[in-house]
Amino acid sequence: MSGIGAGLLLQLGLGALAVLTALTAAPSLRSRAVGILCTLIAVIGFLTGLGAMLGATGGLRISIALPIDPLLLAPDRLGGLFMLIVSSVGILVSLYSMSSTHGPDASRTAWVAMPVFLVGMQLVPAATDSVSFLLALEIMTLGSTVLLLADHASRATVASAGIWYSAMSQLSFFFILAGFAVLAAASGGTSFTNLQEIEPVPANVAFVLLLLGFGGKAELVPLHVWVPRVLPEAPSHVSAAMSGAMVKIGVYGGLLVSVRLLPDGPAWWGIAIMVVGGASALYGILQASVSSDLKVLLAYSTTENMGLVFLALGASMLLRGYDAQAAADAALVAALLLAVSHAAFKSTLFLGAGAIIHATGERNLDRLGGLGARMPVTAAAFGIASLGAAAIPITSGFVAEWMLLQSLIHGGRLDGAVVSVAASVAMPLAVAVIALTAGLALLTFVKAYGIAFLARPRSTEAAEAHEVPPLMQLSLVLGALFVLALGLLPGPIAALVAQTVSSNPSAAVQSVGLGGVSLPGIGAVLDPLMLVVLSVLVAIPVIVSIIVSALRYPHRTVELPWGGGGSRARPRMQYTATSYAEPLVRVFDDVLKPSRDVQVTHVAESRYLVERVRVEQRVSDVFETRLYRPVLNLFQRYGIVVRHIANGSIHRYLSYSFVALLIVLIVVSL
Amino acid sequence: MNAVIIAVVQVVLFVFLAPVLIGVIRQVRATIEGRAGVGIWQPWRDVRKLLAKNPVRATDSSWMLRAGPVALVVSSLLLCVLLPLVGTIPFALVPSDLFVIVSVMLIGVVALALVGLDGGTAFGGMGSSRHMTVAALVEPTLLLSIYAFSIPAGTSTLSVIVETRLLSPEVIISPVSVLALVALSIAIMAETARLPIDNPGTHLEVTMLHEAMILEASGRDLAWLEVGSWLKLAALLGLVGNLAVPWGVLTDFSALGLAVGVVSITVKVLVLGVVLSVGEIFLAKVRLFQVPELLAGSFALAFLAVTASYLVA
Repeated sequence: MSGIGAGLLLQLGLGALAVLTALTAAPSLRSRAVGILCTLIAVIGFLTGLGAMLGATGGLRISIALPIDPLLLAPDRLGGLFMLIVSSVGILVSLYSMSSTHGPDASRTAWVAMPVFLVGMQLVPAATDSVSFLLALEIMTLGSTVLLLADHASRATVASAGIWYSAMSQLSFFFILAGFAVLAAASGGTSFTNLQEIEPVPANVAFVLLLLGFGGKAELVPLHVWVPRVLPEAPSHVSAAMSGAMVKIGVYGGLLVSVRLLPDGPAWWGIAIMVVGGASALYGILQASVSSDLKVLLAYSTTENMGLVFLALGASMLLRGYDAQAAADAALVAALLLAVSHAAFKSTLFLGAGAIIHATGERNLDRLGGLGARMPVTAAAFGIASLGAAAIPITSGFVAEWMLLQSLIHGGRLDGAVVSVAASVAMPLAVAVIALTAGLALLTFVKAYGIAFLARPRSTEAAEAHEVPPLMQLSLVLGALFVLALGLLPGPIAALVAQTVSSNPSAAVQSVGLGGVSLPGIGAVLDPLMLVVLSVLVAIPVIVSIIVSALRYPHRTVELPWGGGGSRARPRMQYTATSYAEPLVRVFDDVLKPSRDVQVTHVAESRYLVERVRVEQRVSDVFETRLYRPVLNLFQRYGIVVRHIANGSIHRYLSYSFVALLIVLIVVSL
Repeated sequence: MNAVIIAVVQVVLFVFLAPVLIGVIRQVRATIEGRAGVGIWQPWRDVRKLLAKNPVRATDSSWMLRAGPVALVVSSLLLCVLLPLVGTIPFALVPSDLFVIVSVMLIGVVALALVGLDGGTAFGGMGSSRHMTVAALVEPTLLLSIYAFSIPAGTSTLSVIVETRLLSPEVIISPVSVLALVALSIAIMAETARLPIDNPGTHLEVTMLHEAMILEASGRDLAWLEVGSWLKLAALLGLVGNLAVPWGVLTDFSALGLAVGVVSITVKVLVLGVVLSVGEIFLAKVRLFQVPELLAGSFALAFLAVTASYLVA
């Protein structure tokens, strides 16, 4: 048996062992024991994925009795990359969950679901036929649903989130199933290798179905409505795994369709993906920027990041159609780098949010503040991951976005000639969308970090916060280091990633200098380490002069240096997350449709004196209120009507079965 | 090696030039308004005074109040290193890629916004919030005008763009380039907190963006924040100068060329400073909620520039 096959088998075995341990271990030992096994599963997955990504072949063949192709788990290079992403997040999350879980999060059910979830996520990119793909997808969804529901007894919102999640994930599953069914019918087999030559009509149908299905998994608009409910309600380590790893399965699906299954699609496929991706990016970041709930903010920002990934993927498909090969390859590598860097920074951010909740019990930014001094490690990790999310140099997000922008501005022309009208309108629009997204992401994460960690505590819970246990700190630090490493050494990483999708990777991406990245096809170079060296060189005189001046003129610490006039400035008067985003809410009033409620209580003696002002602002999801609500209301009305038919009487149901049997017999006899 | 010499010259020159530029801008304004003014060396005296004071810090302020000003200055100094101001000879591994330059500038933007929040007062938060909103909305204009400039040169590397304009000056007066330059100038006005987006000469609460963020800083913290902002303005004016009038910039290394480069960029920056100052006399600050309209207008110009260069050229 090959190494890959052994790795997969070992994972399955460890998964079964972890489930058994979770069922039998004493509650005091459960988190440690199963957590260690989950870490092991993720480490094995990491090694297996690394092997597959570097080109090792082989796998696991499971023969079944049904008259279809056998189940084959044999990851190719691309599958290996996604196994690597998923398992890296898995390692962080498993380490973290060992000491973060308590109460219902650490119940037997939750710990049984954890290894199921992890193994399911690993098997999806390993699958090479549609049956095992769908099977793994359902295992993953099952595990995550159970994990999400861990807290359902204490909070009512969890149950509602669970219903949304189940409904939406099954909707996605239905689309994917239908898409694969069309492909299988057209090609005559379930194995991915048979799916090459497909007629245009079934290819188009399958493409739309699969885009809808994987778009739902990847949280794209308009199938993202489960995200702002589910990710905030799940325990933080589960949100980190969902946003950091599970969502990447949707990306993997998108790549599987566009790179492997249906590689030579018409131009409108690329444009469709770009439109969906661009809309998701803008809508996601807009919602994130006005959100005051830290986890809702991170959840919407996931939609944004996945939107950018799909935008890059669509641009690459469009450009390949016009033979702009260099730009197309760069865009595809950018899509992968965006996915990799998102896995690193978003799981760190969610784990950081979990640390904040652990320390304060609050996830409302308006009640946080001043945590930087109280939780320095969390603050540092969250800060670095925020820089990554805001695509600031020297983090991973910056390199990926830079590569995407380079591919877009070089995509409109090929050897000096305009490639097509579609591309010369699509590319500037895409650049504009990315620019606005990047700008709003900057605001979002300045708000998230600045309001939570800087300034003065806005509540007693925040004032009494303390740093989290060492194991949680360890996984936060590891995550932050990932973000920095991916940003400082993009060259080798991009070259590795390019191998998974390109037949001629060195023409697309090369590593130059000290881990810098170069795009030879379009002549762009970036070396973040050199940038660091340059900034250190210019910083030295500044810092020396500050030290000299600090020795001569030490600072004085006072209660409030100026504070807008002194004693009136209580912590409550600081800007909050809500007020921080207020200008933005006004600017994008038409899109966000906020509802604002202002209640002014006057003093009894005079209407000119105000005793109390209460302001409440709610920003709801436009897609939920305008698209889903009407459909749900329709279903509800249908349900009320149907209630008369199904009223709970056993006699009535027996007569229904009898009538049904009669009808079947009549139909058969005809 | 030549790249290193040019970078060092640029940094030293702009550290001296930036306060003078601010002095010139203020003096021109004072003269036109019929005031005597304080002379062009006042910003230098201010910095010297601030550096020799004991900074006052709030008990609740964090390391951000100390690190933020340094980050702002370093990001502005990096702009002086990377932009082709005196000469167009870039570093091999970090060419003056406009996307990288914008991101380096954003480090300063973020640092300033976090300093504003760190004070823990309503004013700082207000300035920070408005500053980030403007920065977010300016981003599309900025990147699209970069895109427009990159099309004739076939690259987003700024030194190549400047050289292309030097070799074929007809590019400079093409409608596409003019549109892009106007859009870029509006974006730079917004980024550097000048009129009509922000009023640099006021401490009136309803009009402040930049000033509100630095109210709580004092002593050397304030000095570095000011120097960082001045450097950014000077470097970006130098960029506009070299894009509009590329002559005088050093392309092949020589001592004479270096001297010409230094003199020409000094003249360009100061002339643009005078133009800016005169222009600002005729402008009033627009309401904060009309800024998006202004930026949408400049975005439209930049978008037109890009599509026109594809479809017309």
